[in-house]
Amino acid sequence: MAARTLYDKLVDAHVVRNLDDGGLVLLYVDRTVLNEYTSPQAFAGLRAAGRKVWNPKAALMVVDHVNPTAAQRTRAMPDQGAARQVDYFAENARDFGIEYFDILDPRQGIEHVVAPEQGLVMPGMVVAAGDSHSTAYGAFGALGYGIGTSDIEHYLATSTVRYRRLKTMRIHLAGAAPLGVTPKDIVMEVIRRIGADGATGFAVEFSGPVVSNMSVEGRIVISIMIVEAGARGVVIAPDQKVLDYLEGRPRAPKGEMWERAARRWLTLASDPDARFDREVTLDVSEVAPVVTWGTSPDQAIAVTETIPDPRQQAAPEREAAANRALNYMGLTPGLPIQSVPIDFAFIGSCTNSRIEDLRDAAEIFRGRHVAEGVRAIVVPGSTQVRVQAEAEGLAKVFTDAGVEWRQSGCSMCLAMNDDVLRPGERCASSTNRNFEGRQGPGARTHLMSPAMVAAAAVTGRITDVRSLLGGARQ
Amino acid sequence: MIPFGQVAGVAAPMMAPNVDTDVIMPKMFLKGVDRSGLGEGAFNLLRFSGGKPNPDFILNQEGYRNACFLVVGPNFGCGSSREHAVWGLQQLGIRALIGTSFAGIFNDNCANNGLLTISLDPGVVTELAQAVADSSRNDVTIDLAAQTIRFDCGRRSIAFDIEPDRKEAFLTGRDFIASTLVFADDIRAFEARHRAENPWIV
Repeated sequence: MAARTLYDKLVDAHVVRNLDDGGLVLLYVDRTVLNEYTSPQAFAGLRAAGRKVWNPKAALMVVDHVNPTAAQRTRAMPDQGAARQVDYFAENARDFGIEYFDILDPRQGIEHVVAPEQGLVMPGMVVAAGDSHSTAYGAFGALGYGIGTSDIEHYLATSTVRYRRLKTMRIHLAGAAPLGVTPKDIVMEVIRRIGADGATGFAVEFSGPVVSNMSVEGRIVISIMIVEAGARGVVIAPDQKVLDYLEGRPRAPKGEMWERAARRWLTLASDPDARFDREVTLDVSEVAPVVTWGTSPDQAIAVTETIPDPRQQAAPEREAAANRALNYMGLTPGLPIQSVPIDFAFIGSCTNSRIEDLRDAAEIFRGRHVAEGVRAIVVPGSTQVRVQAEAEGLAKVFTDAGVEWRQSGCSMCLAMNDDVLRPGERCASSTNRNFEGRQGPGARTHLMSPAMVAAAAVTGRITDVRSLLGGARQ
Repeated sequence: MIPFGQVAGVAAPMMAPNVDTDVIMPKMFLKGVDRSGLGEGAFNLLRFSGGKPNPDFILNQEGYRNACFLVVGPNFGCGSSREHAVWGLQQLGIRALIGTSFAGIFNDNCANNGLLTISLDPGVVTELAQAVADSSRNDVTIDLAAQTIRFDCGRRSIAFDIEPDRKEAFLTGRDFIASTLVFADDIRAFEARHRAENPWIV
């Protein structure tokens, strides 16, 4: 048999039948996770057609997008629409027999944080879910990707999706990450180089020593964020780190079954001579912390750089887009990005709200205080992360530094709840999207790593975190 | 989904790159449990300013208010998976999008709802965008069966590609779930084999 990529192997192992001779297949999906805002119309469709959920045990439902993150948690929602969505979500969980974590459940959190915590996703699976950041599951050696509501309904009714095979791209991360350069910076550098559509239509496999050395949490960061370059699916070959992460999780196999599964999982990899349609290599040793200046995730620069001149853009439409972005962001070409003051600092989102992210941020906040005039909030990715951060003393570091310590949810990543910026407010944000209006109409978002957000919070302006690392403090 | 045969109407140019689904459907309109009211949401922050129509926005301009096609820039529909963006465009009267490339999830969402997306070479899209930027010749006819776009008052025509299965689904307005459930026995057989090989998957 011809050499195959891991992506091809995972797809091949899930083809129920071919639907044409050009790569359109009926693809079996092993798992999904559902949220309250992209699923309601899918369940309504099932109800209207009198259809059942094919395999309720394969799904998990968790409230995350619309709930408040105020420290005192209650079932009350910030508005009538959110309340209706959560009520309908609970009703659907009950009527269709799907496991459900409501807002007061100790396992609640952002779906892409909770699903791994529960061991829902295992190597070799196909996981499609109703949120673009479902590429997260590539970090576990599964094929993870996002789908819309119609495909959620199709999945729920059939455990399959209609799927066209993708081209493959390997992103090889060579070298070693310098001090202060995190997985977030690495993936932002890749996006900056290949563009916001650089991986559109591709399934991406990350490889190389940087990936091997990266924690599973770090791999989740790059798997999630590469969707901002258009990646339609992500896989990373599983290794012992993935096994160590999964062992003992509630939904992971136990005993003899675990041993059997683990042996199989460690064989999952691209063949050495497998061919990819596109290869991208990045020497991570040369990467500096990255910050966005515009309203597309590829409008980014190293923190040491100045804001680029739109006239350097190749096409007139790109130049116009850059000008529009600068106007929206209230910035001018030539300005050092480190001179830009911020109003708000947000640490959270499925990309950067896990325990490692909070440790990185706490290292900067320890012994320092949020700058005058800046409001900073930390929204842990799950209630379990929140509990762990409190046990490790991180929460106290945040509150001592003047940072608000919140309950978990998607929060200000998309501002569907009551965590919304005012027009014109400028936010250093550990999230994944800097689109116009993403954090509120007129709000200005600069994407960066959690440690960089913490650095901006304590100095009051965008700051090279490396200047605060390892220095004298206390 | 809504079937698509031959559709004629006004095309509006919207050539910015990377128009994301947050811009197409802002978060304030995502709080429903059904698909209603999304026409108001479509491009809301661009269409309105201070509660009034924004005269700078193409769909508020003379000759483009009833556009049913958009000629768009690269990577249209990037970002969030929210299908509300597609429902909103349809409720605004948009039947097809013509551009160089569409974001993956958005493109699938369009296909699942009968909103036709047509991908063409950049030069061809630019030519079409330039033609329809003149409101006296912004009428376009898309004939899916013939796979052609007629524009410039019928004087010019572009051929486009579409996968046969997708074309058939658009022409007939296929119910995808019903058509998949025809293969229910195949799914059950696959599932039994898959679980035997991977018994840790329940």
